Amino acid sequence: MNEIQLPQKEKDAKRSSFKKFLRLLVRSRTAMIGFIILIFLLLVAIFQEQFATQDPNKQSLRARMLPPAWEENGDPAYLLGTDQLGRDILSRMVYGTRISLFVGFAGVVISTVIGTVLGLISGYYGGIVDSIIMRIVDIFLAFPFLLLAITFVVTLGPSLQNLIFVLGFTGWVSYARLVRGQTLSGKEQEYIMAARALGASNARIIFKHILPNLLAPIIILSSMEIGLYIMTESSLTFLGMGVPSTIPTWGNMLATGRNYLSNAWWLSTLPGLCIILTVLAFNFIGDWLRDALDPKSTYDV
Amino acid sequence: MGRYIVQRIVQTIIVLFVVCTVVFLLLRAVGDPARLLVNPEGSKEGIEIIRKSLGLDLPLWKQYVNYIKGIVTLDFGTSFTYKKPVVDLIKVHLPSTLQLTFFSLLIAVVSGVTLGCISAIKQYSIFDNIATFLAVFTRAVPGFWLGIMLILIFSVRLNWLPPSGYGSFKKLIMPSVSLALSMAPVIARLTRSSMLEIIKSDYIRTARAKGQTERTIIMKHALRNTLIPVVTMVGLQMGHLLGGSIVIETVFAWPGIGRLLIESINVYDFPVIQTTVFMIAVFFVLINFFIDMLYLLIDPRIRLG
Repeated sequence: MNEIQLPQKEKDAKRSSFKKFLRLLVRSRTAMIGFIILIFLLLVAIFQEQFATQDPNKQSLRARMLPPAWEENGDPAYLLGTDQLGRDILSRMVYGTRISLFVGFAGVVISTVIGTVLGLISGYYGGIVDSIIMRIVDIFLAFPFLLLAITFVVTLGPSLQNLIFVLGFTGWVSYARLVRGQTLSGKEQEYIMAARALGASNARIIFKHILPNLLAPIIILSSMEIGLYIMTESSLTFLGMGVPSTIPTWGNMLATGRNYLSNAWWLSTLPGLCIILTVLAFNFIGDWLRDALDPKSTYDV
Repeated sequence: MGRYIVQRIVQTIIVLFVVCTVVFLLLRAVGDPARLLVNPEGSKEGIEIIRKSLGLDLPLWKQYVNYIKGIVTLDFGTSFTYKKPVVDLIKVHLPSTLQLTFFSLLIAVVSGVTLGCISAIKQYSIFDNIATFLAVFTRAVPGFWLGIMLILIFSVRLNWLPPSGYGSFKKLIMPSVSLALSMAPVIARLTRSSMLEIIKSDYIRTARAKGQTERTIIMKHALRNTLIPVVTMVGLQMGHLLGGSIVIETVFAWPGIGRLLIESINVYDFPVIQTTVFMIAVFFVLINFFIDMLYLLIDPRIRLG
C-alpha cells in the first residue's frame, strides 16, 4: 500500500513547492521585473536577426555619427544613432546582448563546475587534499579579481573563448569556499551517518545526499556572479583585453564611445545602460532567490 | 595576542612568496617576450641578443633565482619601452594610485557609514527607501561607465571639471567618485543591518534607561560596535578598489600603477607588467594584514580571546 501511495505524495509535494515558488515570485515586484527583463534579453539574444534593424557591421560613410532619431539631424532608419563608421547603434547593441549573456552564463558554468567539484572533495575528504585545495584558494584570493583576470588574459591572449575560460577559472574560488563550508557542516548530519551505516559508497553519499542540499546556495551565488562576470567582461573589453574589437559587444562600444565623448554622447551612454539593465535583472533575481530558497529566511513571515 | 600577530606575519610572508612565484610562472607561460619585442622579420641573431640582455637564455630555475634576488634587493629590471629601471617607474606612478584609492576609500566609507546609519535610525522612512533603491541600483553600474558619464556631464556639458589628468584637487574628484561607487553601497547596506542589530541589544537599552540622549547612544555606544563588520568588509573590498583603479585610471588618464600596467601590456613590456602585477598583489595582501591588525584594535574580544 505504502509503495503505491508514495509517488502520488511526492508529486503533491513537488507541485506545492512549485506553487509556493510561483507565489513568492508574484509577490516580489523586483523579482518580477528582473525576470521580465531577463526573458526580454534572452529573446533579443535568440532572435537577434529579427531585433536588429540593420546589419551591425555594415559601415556607411554618409551615415556617420548620426544622433538618435529623436534628436536634431536624427535619421529614423537609425533609431539610436550611428558610430564613427556609420554602423547602427541599436543593431550593435542587439548583437552585443547574445555575447554578454553567453560570456556570463558560460563563465559561471565553468566556475560552478570547478568550484563545486573542488569544494566537495575538499570538504568531504578533508586532510591533506583539503589543505592543498584551500592553499590554492588562498593564492587566488591574494589577487584582486580583475587583476587576476588581466594576468590570465595576458598569458593566454585576448579572444572570446579565452575570456570565458579566464572568467570561469578566476571565479571558481567563491564556489569552492561556499561548497566546502556547506559540505563540512552537512557531512556531520545524522542522515549522512545513516546512509553510511546502510553501506552507501562515498560517491553515492556525495551525489545523492550532499549535492542536492547544495543546489540552492549554488544557484543563488550563480545568479549574483553572472552580473559580476558580465561587468568584468565589459571592463576587460573596455581595456582592450577582452573580446576582440571586431565583434560588436557592449564593452567594445563603450571603448570606442570614450574617444568621441565631446560630440557623440549616445556612443558611450547607451551600451552602458544595457549593462546596467542586465546586471540589475540578475541582481534582482539573485536577491529574490536568496530569500525564496533559503529556508531560514524570514520572507514568508 | 602576540602569538596571533606573529602567526599572521608568517602567513603573510608565505602568501607574498607564493604570489611572486605565481606571477613569475604565469608570465613565463606567455612564451618568449623577446620574440614579441622583435618585429616578425627580425633576424634570429637579433632575438638572441635581446634574450641574452634580458637573461632569458638562462635555465628557468636560474631565471627564478635572479627574479627572487631582484625582488629582495628591490631591483625589478629595466623597462623595455621607457629604458628606465622599473623601480623608478613605480616610484613615479605609485603615489598617484595611492592618492586615488585613499580618497575614494574616504568617500566610500564616509558616505556609506553616514547613509547606513541614517537608514537604520530612520528605518522604513522615505530616506531609507531611497537609500535602499540607490544601493541596489548602483551595484549594477560599472564604475568606468559612471566615470564616462561624469566626464560627459561635468566636463563636456557643464565644463566644471577637467576631464582627465593629474595634479590638482579638481582632477581628483571624478576618478575617486567613480571608484568609490562600487564600495559605498556595500558599506551602506552593511552599516544599516549592523546598526539595526546593535540598536536592539541590551546594552543600548541600558543606555536608554540611564536617560542618555539618543545622539550619545548612537555616536558613543552603537557606532563603535557597528563598525566591526564594516572594517572587515572594507578590507575585503579593497581588492575591488585596487582592481577597479586599473580601469578608472585608464578612463581618466590618471598616471597610476593601473594605467602603467595596461600600457605595458599593450607594448609587451614584461619587466613592468611583472612588477606592477606583483606590486598590486603585495598591496592587497598587506592591506588584508593591516585590516586584521586594525580588527584587534577595535574589538577587545579578539584581543583578549
